[in-house]
Amino acid sequence: MNVTKGWLADFLELNESAADIAKDMTMSGSKVETFSCWNDNISNVVVGHLLEVVPHPDSDHLQICQVDVGEAEPVQIITGAQNIKVGDYVPAALDNSLLPGGVKIKKGKLRGLPSNGMLCSLGELNLTTGNFPECIEDGIMILPGEYKPGTPIDEALGLNDPMIEFEITPNRPDCLSVIGLAREAAATYRRPFNKHIPEYHEDTADDIKNYLSVTVEEPAACPRYMARVVKNVKIGPSPLWLRNRLYAVGVRPINNVVDITNYVMLEYGQPMHAFDYRTIRGKEIRVKMAGDQEKFTTLDGQERTLQSSMLTIADGEGTIAVAGIMGGLNSEIENDTATIVFESANFDGVTIRKASRALGLRTDASSRYEKGLDPVMTEGAINRACELAELLAGGTVVAGVLDVNNDTRKPRTITLRPDRVNAFLGTEIEPTFMKDSLTMLEFGVDDSKSPWEVSIPSFRDDVEGEADLAEEIVRLYGYNNIPTTLVQMATTQGMLTPAQALQKTMNETLLACGYSEICTYSFISPKVYDKLLLPADSSYRQSVVISNPLGEDTSVMRTTALGSMLATLSTNYNNRNLEARLFEPATTYTYTGADTLPYEQVEYVLGCYGKNESFYTLKGAVEQLLKATGLKPELVEFTPWREHPTFHPGKTAEILYQGEVLGFMGEVHPLIPAQFELPEGVWVADLYFEKILAAAKPAKEYHPLPKFPATARDLAFVCKKSLTVGSMEKVIREKGGNILESVALFDIYEGKQIAEGMKSVAFSLTFRAADRTLSDEEIDQKVKKMVDGIVALGATLRS
Amino acid sequence: MKEKLEALRAEARAQLESCSTAAELEALRVKYLGKKGELTALLRGMGALAPEERPKMGALVNEARSEIEAAMEAKVKALEEAELNRRLEEEQLDVTVPGVAAPMGKKHPLSQVLDEIKDIFLGMGFQIASGPEVEFDHYNFEALNMPKNHPARDTQDTFYITENILLRTQTSPMQVRVMEKQQPPIKVIAPGRVYRSDEVDATHSPLFHQIEGLVVDKGIRMSDLKGTLELFAKRLYGEEAVVRFRPHHFSFTEPSAEMDIRCFSCGGKGCRLCKGEGWIEILGAGMVHPKVLQGCGIDPEEYSGFAFGLGLERIVMRRYNIDDLRLFFENDLRFLEQF
Repeated sequence: MNVTKGWLADFLELNESAADIAKDMTMSGSKVETFSCWNDNISNVVVGHLLEVVPHPDSDHLQICQVDVGEAEPVQIITGAQNIKVGDYVPAALDNSLLPGGVKIKKGKLRGLPSNGMLCSLGELNLTTGNFPECIEDGIMILPGEYKPGTPIDEALGLNDPMIEFEITPNRPDCLSVIGLAREAAATYRRPFNKHIPEYHEDTADDIKNYLSVTVEEPAACPRYMARVVKNVKIGPSPLWLRNRLYAVGVRPINNVVDITNYVMLEYGQPMHAFDYRTIRGKEIRVKMAGDQEKFTTLDGQERTLQSSMLTIADGEGTIAVAGIMGGLNSEIENDTATIVFESANFDGVTIRKASRALGLRTDASSRYEKGLDPVMTEGAINRACELAELLAGGTVVAGVLDVNNDTRKPRTITLRPDRVNAFLGTEIEPTFMKDSLTMLEFGVDDSKSPWEVSIPSFRDDVEGEADLAEEIVRLYGYNNIPTTLVQMATTQGMLTPAQALQKTMNETLLACGYSEICTYSFISPKVYDKLLLPADSSYRQSVVISNPLGEDTSVMRTTALGSMLATLSTNYNNRNLEARLFEPATTYTYTGADTLPYEQVEYVLGCYGKNESFYTLKGAVEQLLKATGLKPELVEFTPWREHPTFHPGKTAEILYQGEVLGFMGEVHPLIPAQFELPEGVWVADLYFEKILAAAKPAKEYHPLPKFPATARDLAFVCKKSLTVGSMEKVIREKGGNILESVALFDIYEGKQIAEGMKSVAFSLTFRAADRTLSDEEIDQKVKKMVDGIVALGATLRS
Repeated sequence: MKEKLEALRAEARAQLESCSTAAELEALRVKYLGKKGELTALLRGMGALAPEERPKMGALVNEARSEIEAAMEAKVKALEEAELNRRLEEEQLDVTVPGVAAPMGKKHPLSQVLDEIKDIFLGMGFQIASGPEVEFDHYNFEALNMPKNHPARDTQDTFYITENILLRTQTSPMQVRVMEKQQPPIKVIAPGRVYRSDEVDATHSPLFHQIEGLVVDKGIRMSDLKGTLELFAKRLYGEEAVVRFRPHHFSFTEPSAEMDIRCFSCGGKGCRLCKGEGWIEILGAGMVHPKVLQGCGIDPEEYSGFAFGLGLERIVMRRYNIDDLRLFFENDLRFLEQF
C-alpha cells in the first residue's frame, strides 16, 4: 500500500521525515518497504520565466532564450524546441543540475553561443501527459499558471511529497487505506487522529428515487450496497494536487470522476465505481449472479465469459459490471457524462476471489475485497466521493441514498485481564497505557469492570481474543521494550533419537569414505522412470502426483532416488569433474491411496564414477557404512541379483543381513549411460535406512586384546570362475569355528598356469584362541575340514 | 724405552688427528692397541728392563694406552657426527611437491549449517522432530488457524495432490503434530523440506528448507521468546550480533514477530545486502495462538508457548555470499568442495 506523507498528514500532525516514519511505523507494526520521492533524483531544476526568445543566428531551429530564474540577471539557455514563447513558465535545469535517470546538465556552447542549462520536456522530468494533460509530450513543458521564477521545480509542481510503501499483512485490510495507516501513525506517535467528515450540499428538491432503485438478489454475497447520484458534473482533468497524489502512489490520473473513485478507494480502502447514468436501463440496479457462459466486455475492452457463480451488477436489461472486479465498457464515464451513479458496496471476499481467479483478472478493487472489507465503511466513502464530485467536478448531489444493508455482524466485545497480559508478555505495562493504546486504535475500553470489556471496531474482524489485544498493546509499547528472559520450565533433554544418531553416524562414515553429500529435489518427471528402464507395470511408477505442478519436470514425488543420483552424477560428469563419489540421504514417497499420505522413507543412495572406481570400491564403502552402524560384517551377504532393470544383471548384488534385504548395489545397466549422458562405468548403491536402523547395534563391544599368539595359514584353490568367493568364504567360516579369528581374500588369479574357465582364489587365515596357544595339530585339523568342504564345492587345493 | 713410548704417543696422536674414515681408524686401533699392536709390543719388551723400572714403565704404557683410547673414542664420535651431517646434507626432499590426497567427502553446505543450528538447539535442551512432507491440508493450514479461503493462504503458493493433501508449505504443521502427540513441557525443533510453487530462479526454489521451533509449558512468556531467539542469534552469528524484534502477522501466532539482525555487512548503515534498511530479516516467530493450542487439546488458559520458523537457504546464502539458490540443488562437486 502506497501513501504519501502529505496525505497521511491530512489526518494527524506529522512533521517527521519519511525515513523516521518508516522506522517508527515499522516498529509499531506497519512495515515500511521503501520510501521515495519524485525529487530524489532531481536537483537544481527551477521555474524559469521566458523573457526573450530569438532565433539562433547560425541555426534554422535553435532558439536563444533569456530566462529569469530568480537571480539578479537572466540566464541564457538555448533550446531546440519550438512550442515556447515569451512569458511562458518552464522548468529550467541550470548548470550542474541532475535529472531523472542520472542525467547531468552542465553549461556549454551550442553553435558557438553559450547555453547555461536546459529547458526540460515532460519526459526529461519523468512525467507524462497523464500527470499534466495541459502539456505536450513533444516539446518543452509549459507550466500551467504563474510562479515565482527560481522556485524549485518539485515545489512548484507539488511533487515534493514523499511516497511511503507499506507492507500490509492479510489480517489488516483496514490498513489498505490512507485513513487506516493514518490511524496507525497517530497511535504510533500517540497524537490525535483527526477524522474528516465529508461536507457537501444536497439538492433536496430532487430525490434519488426519481433516478434509481437497488435490489440485492444475493445478500450473502453482497452484505451492503450503497448508491448515490450526482448530476451536472463536468468531466475534465482533476486538480494538480489530486493528480500528484495519485501519481505519487502509482495510479494514473484519468479524469475527475474516475480519479475521485480511485482517490476515495485509496483514502478509505473502499473500492468505488462510477456509472454513467445515461447508460443505466430501466432505472434500476440489481446485484445478481451472472448467466452461465454470459459474454461481457469489461472497461479494459476485453470480452470475458462469465459463470453463474460470479456476482454482477445489472441494470434493467443486463450486466453493467462484474461486481467488485471491474466495471463494464457499456456504462463507462464518457467526456460528456453529466449524471453519475456512485457505487460503494461490500462484497463477500471468497466470492470475489473465486471470480477473480476464474477470470484471471485481479484489480485494485478485487484484491481489496478478497481480504474481507468492513461493510460500515461504504457510507463514509460514498459521502467523500460526493464531496469531491461537488468540489472538483462541479456536480450537484441528489438528495437521498440507496442503501441495502445486509450486514449481519453484531458488535463484539471481548474481555481483557491486564495482569494476565503482562504475565503472558513478560512485561510490566501500566494499565493506563493499555487502555490509551486500545482507545487510539478505536477500541472501546470499559475498565470499570474486571476483567475489562473491550468493544471491537467494525473494521477489526481480525481481533478475536485477549492474545490479539495483547498484540495491539505490545506493538505500541514496543517489542524492543519487552525484556529478554530465558525459559523457566521443566528440564527437557536435548538429545538425538536413535534414528537421528544413526543417520549422523552414517553420514560421517560416508564422508570419511570420500563420498560427498548431495541434496536433490523430491519431485521428478515421470519420464525419469523411463530413463531408469523400468517396465510399464513397475510399482515404482505409482507416484504421488502433484495436481498443479510448475512443469512436467517436477510433477511427481519420487518413489526412488536413483534418477536423482544418476542426474547429479551426469551434471558432474558433464561439468568435467573427472571422478565423483556422491551420496544422498534421500526421502522417497510411496503411494498408499488417494486419501492417505504416502509412506515417506529415507534411502541412502551412493553413486560413483571415475578411473579409480569399481564395483569393489563402492562395495567397500557399503561395507564400511554397514560396519559403522554396528552390523556384524560376517553376517552381511552380497548375493547376485538380476531383478533391477536399471542395473547390469551380472554385476549387481542384493545386500542382506540375517535374511532381511537392506538394499542393493551394482553397476548400472549398459543402456543407462545413454539415458543420463554418463560414461560407461557408473556404480550405484541404494540402502533402506529403516532396515538398517532395525538391524543396527550402535553400542560398541569391547574385546580384550589377545594374550596368546596367532597362527597364520594361507590356502589357495583352483575352481571354476562361476564359483563365488563368498560361498568359499562361508565354508571357511563355518568349518573354522571359534578359533578362526579372520579370513581375508588376498588374491584372485586367472591366466597363465590356470586352465581356461578356471580361477585361483587364495585366502589368508588367522587362527587364535583367547585362552591358550593353539597347537599345529589343532589347526591342521580345522584346515583339513575347510579344504574338504571347499573341495566338495568343486574346487581343488592348489599346492 | 721411555723415549720410544713418547715417540709412539706422538705418532699415534698425529695419525689419529689426520684419520678421516672409520676404516683408517680401525687400522690405527689395531696398530696401536691390538694384541699385536705396538703398545703390546712395548709391554712385552719390558722384560729387558730392570725390575724396579718395570712398574714405572708399566704405568707409563697404561697411561699412553688410556690416552690413545680416549682420543680414538672422541675420533669415533667426530666421525659419526660427520657422517650423519653428510647424510643429512645429501638427503633432501622437494617439500613443495604436492601431497598425496586422502579421499574426503564434503557435507552439503545446507547440512553443515543445519547441523550447526541443530547443535545450538540441542545444547539448549531442544529435541528434534520430523514429519511428513506430503501433508494434510488440515495440518498445514486449518489447524494453524488458516481455514479454506483464508487470505493468508494466498501468500503461500501451494502444490496440491488432492483437495485435502498437499506438499507442506511450511514446517509449521509439525507444531500441531508434536502437540497432538505430546503434552507439555514441549521443546522441539523440526527441520525439513517445504514446497511452494515458485518458478526456479536465483532467489526462488519450489523446494527449500525451514526449521520450525516450538516451546510450550506453563508460564511461557513473550520475553522468553525474545531471550531464546536472541541467544540463538548470538550462537549462530557471534556474541556481537545485534537483533531486533518487530511486529508481524502469522495466523498461528499472536502476538507475532519477525526478528532482524543488524546487517553484518554494513553494521546498520544500510547497504546493498540489507537493501538499505540496515537490518536483515532472519526469522518469524510468535506466541502460539490460543486457537492452535486448543485445537491440539492443550488448554491455553493453563499453558502458553512460542514458536518460530527460519529459512535455511537464506542463512547459508548470506553466510557464504552465495548469490544463486540453484547451486544448492545442482550439486556440482566444484561447488560442494568449497565448504
